[in-house]
Amino acid sequence: MSSIPYSIEVRHLTKYYGSAPAIKDVSFTVRPGEVVGFLGPNGAGKSTTLRILSGLLRADSGEAYLDGISVARAPEQVKKRIGFMPENNPLPDDLRVIEYLRYRARLKGVSGREVKARVDEVMERCDLTRRARRKLIGSLSKGFRQRVGVADAILNRPAVTIMDEPTIGLDPHQILQIRKLIDGMRGSTSVILSSHILAEVELSCDRVLIINQGRVVATGAPAELRAEFFSRPGYRAEVAGSDDALAEALSPISSGIQTRSEAPDPEGFRKITISSETSDDLSERLLRALAANRRLRLRSFERHNPTLEDIFLAATRRSWEEESPLIAPAEKPSRQTPAEPC
Amino acid sequence: MAPFFHLLRNEIRVLFLSPATYLAAVLSLLMMGFFYYLTLVDLAQQAQSELPNVVFFRYFLFPVCLMVPMLTMKSIAEERRMGTLETLMTTPVSAFALVLSKFLAAFLFYTAMWLLSLGFPLLAVAYLPQPELPQLLLEPGSLIGGFLFVLISGMFFVAIGIFTSSLTRSQVVAGMLSFSAIFLLIVGMTVLRAQASSLGMVHPVAGDLVSYLQVFDHYNDAVRGLIDTRPLIYYGSGTLLVLGLASLVVESKT
Repeated sequence: MSSIPYSIEVRHLTKYYGSAPAIKDVSFTVRPGEVVGFLGPNGAGKSTTLRILSGLLRADSGEAYLDGISVARAPEQVKKRIGFMPENNPLPDDLRVIEYLRYRARLKGVSGREVKARVDEVMERCDLTRRARRKLIGSLSKGFRQRVGVADAILNRPAVTIMDEPTIGLDPHQILQIRKLIDGMRGSTSVILSSHILAEVELSCDRVLIINQGRVVATGAPAELRAEFFSRPGYRAEVAGSDDALAEALSPISSGIQTRSEAPDPEGFRKITISSETSDDLSERLLRALAANRRLRLRSFERHNPTLEDIFLAATRRSWEEESPLIAPAEKPSRQTPAEPC
Repeated sequence: MAPFFHLLRNEIRVLFLSPATYLAAVLSLLMMGFFYYLTLVDLAQQAQSELPNVVFFRYFLFPVCLMVPMLTMKSIAEERRMGTLETLMTTPVSAFALVLSKFLAAFLFYTAMWLLSLGFPLLAVAYLPQPELPQLLLEPGSLIGGFLFVLISGMFFVAIGIFTSSLTRSQVVAGMLSFSAIFLLIVGMTVLRAQASSLGMVHPVAGDLVSYLQVFDHYNDAVRGLIDTRPLIYYGSGTLLVLGLASLVVESKT
């Protein structure tokens, strides 16, 4: 592994399309061997950032370094160190998988003697050896095409692998296979991938970068982001009983406990969402109190764990609020709180 | 340099696999065959002041205007439309190597088409009984001169085709652009000079420039065995200029 502290270092990157900024002052770093997910709504600037990193686009200002080399000053050197899989993964339909990969390996400067072994190695890793080996790329299913794209990206053993929406349009089985592939790449190359599928990013990435309207609005491991955006835990329960009984059970635990209930079902049970002002975990005490109260019947209880989707919504909302402070508070989209049902 | 040969090999393979190449070949050879037939008919009807090869190669405009757009329109436009240009540009391959490989592959096919046209005089000599035919049809000076001319000027025309293909993601637009550019370069310059001289407008510098760009004059010199350096410089520098522009377009518009 390289001794350079960051395999990707981006400082104050800005790019305009005409007068409209695509990304503004984007800065982040990726450590060697790390898998980073790049999240953002459509048009947030994900593809622009990835294209600048791969040397396809030039930024208007700011600097990007890959493996310690400036993308703007030495694009040829950078291109030797990256594997890039663009959005929609364009491939020539009239080539066989093995022919295409050998051709790409030669273009990427893999020496003639090594080409065969290297192609066999990536085909093995991407599970292309058995059925797809000699098939025409045009006749492959979408899942196999994506695997060919990944195989191509890792042919030159890149220091950084950039993937723009690698799981788009795949079925759950195919997504699982791509996730396994990305898992297998962890440690040997830094991976930066953009995606819309949040669960996917949460499962395969060590760290997440959330970008909105061209700015990085949150960065960190999913657990860190949870702590940042949802510092106070929320709880959910299904109980039958009056509001008085509920207040009686919960009030001794902590001050500032708030509850919100939905309408009861035919059996009298209603879903309640409990929030508190403290960041301490009250699950055990709440569960005991609810179960111990004789006027209440408890059917289920859980500590609500915010998903990446909640974090994503909270982070993008926060950035919108910061972007447009002139909007009257009543018009603002309300900030996600742990008490809100998701 | 090594990636260039892999690119070239791939480009030749792609051209071999593309139906448009075979269509271009068949149509161009049909057209050339038709013009060769016309040349032979003229020769049979009355004595000609010019050798049949000189007459035949003068029709080069028609096969060139058909063949060059068909061979080149797909080259970069299709890669841009498919998105494969992007994946190519993220490898350590330079834009000029990419453009040059596409140019050479197309030029190779262009050359092959004209080489096949050399079959016409051979067939005529083999199957027509007149004893004076071999001397007329296989006269080496006019044959070599005409052939060299279509190759040297063809370099420039093929380069124009590659350049127009780099400008757009639509093959049809690329084809129309290259057809118009080549047609204007060959016919437009002739018409311009004729118009200018008939109106008596002869500007010392512009007149020289228009004379310099007369493709038919270059042709007439070549078939007479006159190898002038000026047309060589014109087609050579034009080819390099247009290929350089194409690689700039590829670099900036990926």
